[in-house]
Amino acid sequence: MRTALFWVFSAAAVLSALGVIGNVRTPINSALSLVVSMLALAGLYVLLEAQFVGLIQVMVYAGAIVVLFLFVIMLLNLRGSGAIGAETQPIMKAIGALVAGGATLWLVRTLAAGRAPWPDVDDGFGTTRAIGEALYTDYVLSVQVAGVLLLAGIVAAVVLAKKKID
Amino acid sequence: MATSTVFVAIFLFALVLLAFAPVMTWVERKQSALMQDRIGANRASILGFKALGLIHPLADVIKMITKEDTVPTGAHRLLHFISPFIAVVPAIISFAVIPYGGVYEMWGAHVSLTVADLDYGVLYVFAVGSIATYGSMLAGWAGNNNFGMLGSIRVSAQMISYEVALGITVVGLFMIFGTLKLSDMGVLQQETFRLFGFLEHFGWVAPDTKWIDWITIPMWGIVLQPLPFFMFLTALMAENKRAPFDTPEGESEIVAGYFIEYSGMKFGLYMMGEWIEVVVIAALLTAMFLGGWSIPWLREADMISGLTPILGENMANLAAMLLAVHVFLIKVIVLIFFQMLIRWSMPRFRYDQVMNLGWKILLPLSLANIVITALGILIVQEVTH
Repeated sequence: MRTALFWVFSAAAVLSALGVIGNVRTPINSALSLVVSMLALAGLYVLLEAQFVGLIQVMVYAGAIVVLFLFVIMLLNLRGSGAIGAETQPIMKAIGALVAGGATLWLVRTLAAGRAPWPDVDDGFGTTRAIGEALYTDYVLSVQVAGVLLLAGIVAAVVLAKKKID
Repeated sequence: MATSTVFVAIFLFALVLLAFAPVMTWVERKQSALMQDRIGANRASILGFKALGLIHPLADVIKMITKEDTVPTGAHRLLHFISPFIAVVPAIISFAVIPYGGVYEMWGAHVSLTVADLDYGVLYVFAVGSIATYGSMLAGWAGNNNFGMLGSIRVSAQMISYEVALGITVVGLFMIFGTLKLSDMGVLQQETFRLFGFLEHFGWVAPDTKWIDWITIPMWGIVLQPLPFFMFLTALMAENKRAPFDTPEGESEIVAGYFIEYSGMKFGLYMMGEWIEVVVIAALLTAMFLGGWSIPWLREADMISGLTPILGENMANLAAMLLAVHVFLIKVIVLIFFQMLIRWSMPRFRYDQVMNLGWKILLPLSLANIVITALGILIVQEVTH
């Protein structure tokens, strides 16, 4: 059952990821492929006993960030107007091809090295409590730094959006 | 886990969903009529038998199913087709984590009245609800209609804004209960605390004063977090896009907003989604803030052990289970009525007012609530240890 689900989610993730880069002419389809990809990834997280991460993936990435992508696409009314500038910049293409090629090579090497077994974890793994404890004990510094970073982002957005600071 | 578990829970699931959503159209018509001094639905009849207008939901369904299903030219056919489903399915599946009752042992079976008792129950509802945004957002875009587009832009902005407040408002409650699991919250809310217990701790009264033990308050979410209850309700109602938060479908400006290009049952699915969401809101608030399936001052375990000598263990559990379901449904019905009351008493907010309420009032208040709750928890821990 778990293996079957794994293949379903993986296939969906890979195919929709191809859809993201394949739908050059229709940005909306591209963004929606990204949603499917995110949801499939969330499914994979749940299969790996990381239910909390899976749900946050759905809530934050699929449910909020890509909605904002779509929001912008709709506002600019990019209905079938083509991708912006991707064809005209050969350097970008070259960099993209290089990075993608390198990543693929790495992936193939890792996969060739051997199959990873299903993780054998204890009962509390992946629960909200376990994640909360890890975040606020072992990784508390990273959490705080990320918080400050986000705060800087929020302040910057307010400053940029506001024409006159009163 | 026994199969009977799943059957009981799924039966309740189906009962609540299938029975509530259509009947609620009738309830809302009658209730709005009552509030506006009209008679309300009373025309549809079968052989002259009107049943107080209860035939109307049936007539509506027949009308919607037999209507022509139009697809505008220039529409994105696939998205136009699937959007109503994306809107309605999240509403239905979010019921999976709602606890209608506790866990009961009878005739060797282990009956739990929650379809999926997940460790992260509330988060699941939020995650599923955030997907529903696509149903409304894509609908307006896919129909190739400018009014629809305006509707989708409004709907996506509104739903994203309130999702932020929605999650943060209830953090205080999670901190107090120490769990995201809805069934655990239900059990914890059966406990009571002594309102004047602090007098004893500080030694302001004699140590064995009787009246202090008598005045107890149930540990319901609404008692511990009164303001977040109303903030959570507001955010949920804004997510559901019903009046007074129905700017995305504001008839006076943008005709019908995001579902303007839908007819027949596809339009019906949007309506159904809203109705089901009303029930979800009521059920979620009941489970988190109104003590779930329990009666105040009555711990379910105590009740079962009290009834066991009289009825026997199996019947005592059965009685407790039936009582739990009824108590839960009564609370849900009261909250549904309350939502309808709000709908018919408030005028529609302007779009900028909706945004201001979400970002400038709900969000800061809910952030402040986290700090205040944390301080409160620390003080209580200091005093009691």
